[in-house]
Amino acid sequence: MTPESSVVEVTLESDLKNVEVAEEITRRVAVTAGFDEDEQHRIEMAVHESMINAIWHGNKNDSSKTVWLQFQIHRDRLEIRIRDQGIGFNPNSIPDPLGSDNLLNVSGRGIFLIRAFMDEFRVENTSGAGTEVTMVKRLSSGIQTKQGGTDREHESHNSTS
Amino acid sequence: MKATIRQVDSVTVVDVSGRITLGEGCTQLRELIRDQLSKGNKNILLNLADVTYIDSSGIGELVSAYTGVSKQGGGLKLLNLTKKVHDLLQITKLYTVFDVHDDEAKAISSFSKPTT
Repeated sequence: MTPESSVVEVTLESDLKNVEVAEEITRRVAVTAGFDEDEQHRIEMAVHESMINAIWHGNKNDSSKTVWLQFQIHRDRLEIRIRDQGIGFNPNSIPDPLGSDNLLNVSGRGIFLIRAFMDEFRVENTSGAGTEVTMVKRLSSGIQTKQGGTDREHESHNSTS
Repeated sequence: MKATIRQVDSVTVVDVSGRITLGEGCTQLRELIRDQLSKGNKNILLNLADVTYIDSSGIGELVSAYTGVSKQGGGLKLLNLTKKVHDLLQITKLYTVFDVHDDEAKAISSFSKPTT
């Protein structure tokens, strides 16, 4: 963390209805970070897919569990971390959805889309502590944040809605 | 997701709006296609002009609809893709799988033409 970064954290109940809550937060953060409308949508989709993975696959749709999100706004990039309380997965075990045998598969495109939309994507499985994905999107033009990007800011929200 | 169904000649046109995402949106689309097939409506044109959001599950649902209708000897085509949906189909290489149109009249008439 650098003095130039801003941080937004939120913990959401593991419920599919909170996917849209996460999207809304992401949209606002992406605007603040200075991304254009197309990039905002791509980042929002990456968070949407990660939230689905965390709630559906990680936490097995158990509403007693939570999903933690952290957004770090830096001068040149946005870093997003999403952690569930599941047992983890290996992203490399997912078949290539562009393969001719997989093109008409009904599922298996979520991680692919995240990788397509973000500049970096990492998965850490921590025994007993859930799975944490890290996604990074760089500001291609190097533009500054629209507001508060150079302030130390740390917001923490807890939602059970 | 909301859907309005119109019959134009032998083609069932479905005007879809809202979100096609995991959960309600995907379930509604699945049931809609199943219902149309059960009624013998095998030529289906999905008008996606007012779809605001589609995720990987929604894409999967479109694929499922496409293969399900094809197996019944029918055809499922797409009309009026938004830029976001167009981009998603390009990225996932599905743009070449689906028959995509931006003119409803031409899309409807294409159902009567033999496929190559």
